Amino acid sequence: MSQSFRFFPKFVLEPRLEVSGQWMILSPIIAIILTLFSGIIIFSLLGKDPFLALYTFFVQPLTTMFGITELLVKGTPLVLIGVGLAIGFKANVWNIGAEGQFTMGAVFGGGTALLCQHMESILVLPLVLVLGTLGGILWGAIPAFLKTRFNANEILTSLMLSYVAVLWLSYLVHGPWRDPAGFNFPESQLFSDYAMLPILIENSRLNLGAFFAILVVLAAWILMARTIIGFQLRVVGLAPRAAHYAGFKQSGLIWLSFLISGGLAGLAGIAEVSGTIGQLLPSVSPGYGFTAIIVAFLGRLHPVGVLFAGLIMALSYIGGENAQIEIGLPAAVTGLFQGILLFFLLACDVLVRYRFSHRSVLIGERCE
Amino acid sequence: MDLLPVALTIITASTPLLLAATGELVTEKAGVLNLGVEGMMLIGAIAAFAAAVSTGSGLIAILVGAFSGVAVAAIFAVLTLTCLANQVATGLALTIFGVGLSALVGSNFVGISLEPLPQLNIGGLSTIPILGDLLFGHDVLVYLSFIMILLVGYFLSKTRSGLILRAVGESHDSAHALGYSVLTVRYLAVLFGGFMSGLAGSYLSLVYTPLWAENMTAGRGWIALALVVFGTWRAGRIAFGAYLFGAITILQLHVQGWGINIASQFMTMLPYLATVIVLVFISSDKRKIRINAPQSIGKVFYPPR
Repeated sequence: MSQSFRFFPKFVLEPRLEVSGQWMILSPIIAIILTLFSGIIIFSLLGKDPFLALYTFFVQPLTTMFGITELLVKGTPLVLIGVGLAIGFKANVWNIGAEGQFTMGAVFGGGTALLCQHMESILVLPLVLVLGTLGGILWGAIPAFLKTRFNANEILTSLMLSYVAVLWLSYLVHGPWRDPAGFNFPESQLFSDYAMLPILIENSRLNLGAFFAILVVLAAWILMARTIIGFQLRVVGLAPRAAHYAGFKQSGLIWLSFLISGGLAGLAGIAEVSGTIGQLLPSVSPGYGFTAIIVAFLGRLHPVGVLFAGLIMALSYIGGENAQIEIGLPAAVTGLFQGILLFFLLACDVLVRYRFSHRSVLIGERCE
Repeated sequence: MDLLPVALTIITASTPLLLAATGELVTEKAGVLNLGVEGMMLIGAIAAFAAAVSTGSGLIAILVGAFSGVAVAAIFAVLTLTCLANQVATGLALTIFGVGLSALVGSNFVGISLEPLPQLNIGGLSTIPILGDLLFGHDVLVYLSFIMILLVGYFLSKTRSGLILRAVGESHDSAHALGYSVLTVRYLAVLFGGFMSGLAGSYLSLVYTPLWAENMTAGRGWIALALVVFGTWRAGRIAFGAYLFGAITILQLHVQGWGINIASQFMTMLPYLATVIVLVFISSDKRKIRINAPQSIGKVFYPPR
């Protein structure tokens, strides 16, 4: 009897029969709103006017043409990497080492650019891009090989290889690839114009890389929605056993996920150095490879969603920089926001697969 | 060459790995994969450091570090256990969050240095030549790491509660059917993991390098995760692994002293490469992993009603 006098009904999560498409879209929106509310609290705690801070963080960067082009510049690597990761995550292949594949793309492509420093040919740029992408593919192939051949956990191996890649780049720019005329700074020479991606808009850094990102989104969309390979990837993620009985080769799909996500991260890496930076530096990424994980989830593991999510996360980068300059907020606020956003997103995502129900209070409702 | 100082530095380098891996062992044995060790360690490191700077007390600093690890582990627990979120994604979120929050808080503490924790001199035992220095001249966290791995090993294999915890990790449905509260066990296991990661972080910022630097864990949380696999979820082997990795970390500091001329970046790569190699060796025996890994690890427990 005591149960019927419960003041607050006891809500329980109950699995939905189908994934809720409505919540799939609502969840990221609610997560973003909740993150903005946390922003108000965090800014107040830091002793800043929260609304001024929110304005400088999320609105002001978009009020100038330069700001908008910068949004696209920062969005490009996030979308490129995010699309690749989303494909893998769909198939339950956890490539966490995109940061390393990005760096290796920069190393291979940037190395090619330095090698071709004196070649005046329009073929230099395609060569740089192809080798950069290959660098990412190569670095992504290692965890794929170790997973399929030796069963080694791909999360740990891909992540460890990220540290190796970043150290490798650091060695190159401190040592053999250092610009001899660079006053001993750990930087390579500036790439020649033939190795640089063309700028799309005057007086900005927006380059052809952004165009690649859009092409990749479209290609990935077709791959996932219209081809048998996309179907297999989705089935492996949703129902590994069904995929096994259907005869889909799991190891082939692991390879494919890693080659695609590694290659796209590599392309993002070379697009970043030969489009935006113009030379090799000890660090070529402010954590794009890790932020792209959030981008993939926020974009619902769907290429078009990733496009929007990439722009939102890019805003958090330029907003963070802007807030640092304008009101002296520490740069680390960006990382904190990104973490909080992913927390809220994961919490809201429970409603995609489950719904609240208080029916279990009724006696004899279900027996399992 | 004098081996004693080398052995002492190996112990120092191994302690954070051992502390974090001990916590993760319990978490994973209960069937939860918490990939957020790196994030919890960073939070523990900055919290302990901030507490040490503002109170000057080592003990308070350690407690603050450990319990801030518990606090962030609680976020993970609520998301994965109550909200049924994907454990891999939530663990990554925890790491991203930890990196961001610790960097934000730590921006006020860059450039401050601390007196390291005092070495405990238990009843003058450390005056015994060689053995005294090796065994009895450490700070409290080193002893705690010895004690905790022994206790956890005993708890998991010899006690009834340990058996229940393992049952929950092997098959949450069976454990639930037997009347054990899967969620309670898992909550406690996750919080314990956070406690130990917080301690590991405290050790880094209070003893190992007594100052704050952004991302100072440098992948140690991930190496601790790999150690649990390396040790095939056995306390003794994990302790061995932690010391092996401590030795590899220390190797890089001594190689240059031995007159071998290798760029420092390659030496810094060693622990990461070693982790990959070791994972490959251990995991290639699929049968061994299947026998030893908790069978419910990473799976969402939806309580049948």
